[in-house]
Amino acid sequence: MDLFALLVTPLAGAFVLAWIGAGRRAPEVNAAFSLGTFAAACALSWRVATHGEATFANAQFFVDPFNAFLVALTAFVGLTTSLFSRPYMRIEAADRRVTPGGLRLYHAMYQLFIGTMLLALTTNNLGLMWVAMEAATLSTVLLVSLYRTPAALEAGWKYFILCGVGIAQALFGTILLYIAAERVLGAQGVGALLWTHLDAVKGELEPRVLSIAFVFLLVGYGTKTGLVPLHNWLPDAHAEGPTPISAVLSGLLLNVAIYAVVRCKVLVEGSLHSAWPGRMLIGFGLVSVTVASFSLWRQRDIKRLFAFSSIEHMGLVAFAFGMGGPVANFAALLHMTVHSLTKSAIFFAAGHAAQKSGSQSIDRIRGLATVSPTVGWGLMIGALAILGVPPFGVFASEFLILTTAMRDHPWATPILLLSFAVAFAAIFARVQSMVFGDTTLRRLPHSPALLPVFVHLGLVLMLGLFIPPFLATWYGAAARLIGGGG
Amino acid sequence: MGQMPFVMQLLDTLAALLLLLSFAMLAQRRIATLVELFALQGGVLCAATLLLAWRTGDDNLVLSAALTLGVKVLALPWLLRRMIRRLDVYWDTDPLLHIPGTMLVGVLIVVFSFGLAQPISALASTATRSAIGIAVAVILLAFLTMITRRKAMSQVIGFLSMENGLFFGAMSATYGMPMIVELGVALDVLVAMLVLGVFFFQIREQFDSLDLERLESHQGGR
Repeated sequence: MDLFALLVTPLAGAFVLAWIGAGRRAPEVNAAFSLGTFAAACALSWRVATHGEATFANAQFFVDPFNAFLVALTAFVGLTTSLFSRPYMRIEAADRRVTPGGLRLYHAMYQLFIGTMLLALTTNNLGLMWVAMEAATLSTVLLVSLYRTPAALEAGWKYFILCGVGIAQALFGTILLYIAAERVLGAQGVGALLWTHLDAVKGELEPRVLSIAFVFLLVGYGTKTGLVPLHNWLPDAHAEGPTPISAVLSGLLLNVAIYAVVRCKVLVEGSLHSAWPGRMLIGFGLVSVTVASFSLWRQRDIKRLFAFSSIEHMGLVAFAFGMGGPVANFAALLHMTVHSLTKSAIFFAAGHAAQKSGSQSIDRIRGLATVSPTVGWGLMIGALAILGVPPFGVFASEFLILTTAMRDHPWATPILLLSFAVAFAAIFARVQSMVFGDTTLRRLPHSPALLPVFVHLGLVLMLGLFIPPFLATWYGAAARLIGGGG
Repeated sequence: MGQMPFVMQLLDTLAALLLLLSFAMLAQRRIATLVELFALQGGVLCAATLLLAWRTGDDNLVLSAALTLGVKVLALPWLLRRMIRRLDVYWDTDPLLHIPGTMLVGVLIVVFSFGLAQPISALASTATRSAIGIAVAVILLAFLTMITRRKAMSQVIGFLSMENGLFFGAMSATYGMPMIVELGVALDVLVAMLVLGVFFFQIREQFDSLDLERLESHQGGR
């Protein structure tokens, strides 16, 4: 029931908002549907916390600790982003950057996007997961190009075609997985694409076919995760779309994509009995961390800056999952959570900062702390949190990842430390110049919603100091489920 | 039993035709013809699926063939033809690599595909498993078509042809994916085309052209 509500609420929201999405109260309706989705997600999570994992509708859907926490996180960030987008999109409309038609499209697609991500997370069918991932891309293509500037159109096109080609590789990988599965689970295999069934027989799946499948799956879903060298679409898509979309793309979609990679990795590792898939993830992860942190130095656009930081953090998550084992997996899951909360908070603050200065160019944003202390300090604290300054949660997860790396892969530690240092210097210098100094920034026509920023940062702070026991139990259970490592 | 080999021969011929069409698309610079080639490819795919459905008596394959007919032979080419007319894009500009060179790369891709398909064919238990190599080749040739073209329109047709290859692969290796997945994929492809239709008009409004080089010139400035 709660699962049904979870999937139907955003869908219904999309229909309703396609109807009234340009109306005066549409932002509130959007937030109300997001609240409904969040309530359903809480009910579902509560069920998993009390009764353990469960399957629904002939095992077509399932929840276990791994996806339950991602569902809760997705619905939560979906809710706070919809709250943030209320004043933000009103200001955009007042500035005539979006038309009423654009606003309607925005609201309807926002709900659809959240819905498809929740479908991708909860479905047990790897084929449906692919369909939902592709649908998530399609629902946001027109949002990335919403402002219809040349740069926005280019970003939308790149996003569509690169993710489309990428995800076509993942479909091929899924087909290969199905071929191998059908042999074990029977002809016209009922449930031959169901993850829980595959997980039960993963030791019998033909290793050679699965290793070819994994290459395609990793390239496919890796494109959506933004792993270097498949990351080309990501900075453009994050920078050119409306800021609430940047926040959910970076905070949520990347998580869902890496979730798909990890689900596949569990199956392939089980079949191969070797750590080879993990090593591929380590390689992609390290390259992403390094390339992204050095690319930070070249950025002149505030949203592109943080988009590259997302690539860096997703690389780190991929690296941690690649190492495998209970501690690294735990750290990766924690890192997914805190990155998603912190990065969306940063985008909220950055969005308002850009609105104030009328430009996303870092050089033109000055003295935020003077004009609007909340935006300025929100950005500053958010940046410190994402850079891994204690006592924030990012510090805890990065520390865990580093110590595990020192034990299992000592050669990788200096690379990681160097990248962290480079990223710190690049981001801190830029944020400092934006937050402090003289300014000529304007006041906004609608007062910005900064509650989500501080709620997110508060949660990240809390996760750095103390992880609630139920969450730790989930992370632990999910980490064991993912397995891998020595 | 006597006619079974004949059916298999026919299927192999259709598979070869599919590959041939991929090469034709690789060489074709006229976008309107590219659409017709794509529709033809869909038709061959549909015929192969029907033939296989008859051979195996599998109802799912009949549905799958109907889906191919509806989406890939009728709906998508219709949408594409309309777009070409309204956007007035009939020719692609010179491809990035000249045509003979592209064809040569294409031949190498086919050789590579058959190598890659070897372990998969060995595992599959279907009568059509020998065609898996062709499916992989169709996918990779479509990819090559995409990366050597400049016009957004030809890239999209390449993308759709890749989807054809994927379907053919699924069909020849396992007699098709579960129905719900096939339906979902078809829906995604259709929606993708609709989104692209809107998108192309937006690009056109801004640039007066669907030439991607103009689009890319906006990259450096930021």
